[in-house]
Amino acid sequence: MNQKTVLPEKKGEKTKKAGADFLMEALRNHKVEVIFGYPGGAVLPIYDKLYDAGIPHILCRHEQGSIHAAEGYARITGKPGVVIATSGPGATNIVTGLADAMIDSIPLVVFTGQVATSVIGTDAFQEADILGITTPITKHNYQVRTASDIPRIVKEAFYIAASGRPGPVLIDIPKDVAVLEGEADENPELYLPGYQPKIQPNYLQIRKLVEAVSGAKRPVILAGAGVLHAKASESLIAYAEQQGIPVVNTLLGLGGFPADHRLFIGMAGMHGEYAANMALSECDLLISVGARFDDRLTGNLKHFATKATVAHIDIDPAEIGKNVPTKIPVVGDAKEALSQLVEQNGKKAESDEWLDQISKWKAEYPLWYNTESDNLKPQRVIELLHEYTKGDAVVVTDVGQHQMWAAQYYTFNKPHAWVTSGGLGTMGFCVPAAIGAQIAEPEKTVIAVVGDAGFQMTSQELAVIAEMKLPIKIIIVNNQALGMVRQWQELFYQERYSHSLFPVQPSFVKLADAYDIKAFQASTEEEAKTVLQKAFALNEPVLLDLRVEPGENVYPMIAPGKGLHEMEGVKP
Amino acid sequence: MKGIITLTVLNRPGVLNRITNLFSKRSYNIESITVGHSEQEDISRITVVVQAEDEKDIEQITKQLNKQVDILKVSDITGQSIVARELALIKVAVNPQTRAEIYSLIEPFRASVIDVSKDNLTIQITGESEKIEAFIELLKPYGIKELARTGTTAFLRGMQRSSQTNKVVSIL
Repeated sequence: MNQKTVLPEKKGEKTKKAGADFLMEALRNHKVEVIFGYPGGAVLPIYDKLYDAGIPHILCRHEQGSIHAAEGYARITGKPGVVIATSGPGATNIVTGLADAMIDSIPLVVFTGQVATSVIGTDAFQEADILGITTPITKHNYQVRTASDIPRIVKEAFYIAASGRPGPVLIDIPKDVAVLEGEADENPELYLPGYQPKIQPNYLQIRKLVEAVSGAKRPVILAGAGVLHAKASESLIAYAEQQGIPVVNTLLGLGGFPADHRLFIGMAGMHGEYAANMALSECDLLISVGARFDDRLTGNLKHFATKATVAHIDIDPAEIGKNVPTKIPVVGDAKEALSQLVEQNGKKAESDEWLDQISKWKAEYPLWYNTESDNLKPQRVIELLHEYTKGDAVVVTDVGQHQMWAAQYYTFNKPHAWVTSGGLGTMGFCVPAAIGAQIAEPEKTVIAVVGDAGFQMTSQELAVIAEMKLPIKIIIVNNQALGMVRQWQELFYQERYSHSLFPVQPSFVKLADAYDIKAFQASTEEEAKTVLQKAFALNEPVLLDLRVEPGENVYPMIAPGKGLHEMEGVKP
Repeated sequence: MKGIITLTVLNRPGVLNRITNLFSKRSYNIESITVGHSEQEDISRITVVVQAEDEKDIEQITKQLNKQVDILKVSDITGQSIVARELALIKVAVNPQTRAEIYSLIEPFRASVIDVSKDNLTIQITGESEKIEAFIELLKPYGIKELARTGTTAFLRGMQRSSQTNKVVSIL
């Protein structure tokens, strides 16, 4: 084969435009509903075109806020969140969000400004090598060299971000490229010879899995976020019901299988439910669907699912066998794989005894917390939130204890109602992500469950909530500490609370008031009920400062280095 | 173990950075890497020799490389029937007593002298890494002043021994 050039001859008509105009047109072509951004020197030409482009733009108060908001939007809609930041500090401020989106497979298309091509490499004002910085934390990234490349690159970026295993794609646009004119076909053909995500699973592997199920006595499905990305919840329910296989969720997979379903065991992992972890430990067939065997899920790998044949359905072949040896690898889209499994309608596993055993574990070791003290219990807060929202809210969390309690006690029955930073564990994620989630679901109740420490990392975004009158209910689970760090110091560092307690805090009520957001404080269950009632009766943003039991710990838990079967704090 | 991975990549800015970045991100060691044009315009060929724990590690590297948008093809040719060559330039000290001796070493290794001066010789040698290492060992006693190696570049032989066909990741 003697191919002359890599790119095929372009067909279609060419138009002549400035780079920024090409960009606006490309954004419209991709039906971008909203942009989360922050202007600056290098993106002035782009912002000038945005001025009357008719594309809604949310001005977060910090670039980190912009990108987390875009993540919140993408996590709910499955569509790429779009971000614009300027060069240098603007670009470096989005680095955390890119890493967060990369590890949790969130589709984003991020535009950064860059200094003019003539001065790249001269340490010019607000210059940063954002391509170099973000290479390991993006699915792909580009620097645009001429305006005429913009339509092609933007099209590729949207395709790469949302297809296969989703992820963030960054496009760096030098200032002069946005200004100068180029000539290009505005709807070029996609040509990505090195990128062909495999959607259809291999039939032989599907058959192998069908046979494995028919011979299994203790099968279990581990459903991760891949189920949500593939919009495969219904297929998962159909498959689990048809074969009588119980299901556990990963943290990010919550909602992918209804929590009130008879086959649902619970969330597995470090703070998962005892029954779920025991099911993973004792199963003889583990079918992972769109989960990546993160260390917070598996505990010590030496003790993980030692008795099981492992089948792994994943769209990313690199995830298969990465952490856990896999007997039946199924590369493909979760929905495709599950529908094909349902179609096969194989012989069911003989799992009656196993299901009984799981029910016994569930009955014997339910989630528990101590209710003796008069202080407000954080777990109770989450239960109340579930009650007051009838389990129908979009729940956005930050990272730490409150996140685990929300995962444990909210009980998610529907998909795409759970937004959390799982892999990276990014504090400060919650408030901006809730903004994105509310924009994605304007009619739904969005609750932002956040710790007092994480809240202070991005509280500047209250301005956006106030400005846009987004009716988000911000629930600060306030234990005046960096709760999870404090818990680990209590358990593993001889109660030496090194820099994890916050004796001085702002008045969160007054802070909200400064932004003209209604706010209430509560420190007992009765007070909490009153303020929650008030909050949910108002169709406007409300902040609640809930003073909870400061020394409360998250249980049950798996101590570092321990296996799933070695949970602690499983009973009062 | 040592693994040899060959890549064909789109000749785009930053592609080499992406590859080396991936190795450091996943904590794999590159022993050598060679890059150059291939028979197709705009497509480069890269040969990477990696130090890995075991075959599983190498499989994981190839899978991660495969995900890169600018990488067209990844082949793990470790342990297969391959043609692998490396070039080394060696500047070695000589004096009237050792000159003839060194020349006698050059002959059997099919190396060649490409620069001569009063007190040193520059020798060029090509071959598989083991051969080059053996040659370097032989020259060491004379005093190697400078050494530059290109790293291995390789591809599959036209004919494969029947038992060892081109390894493809089976799950694809």
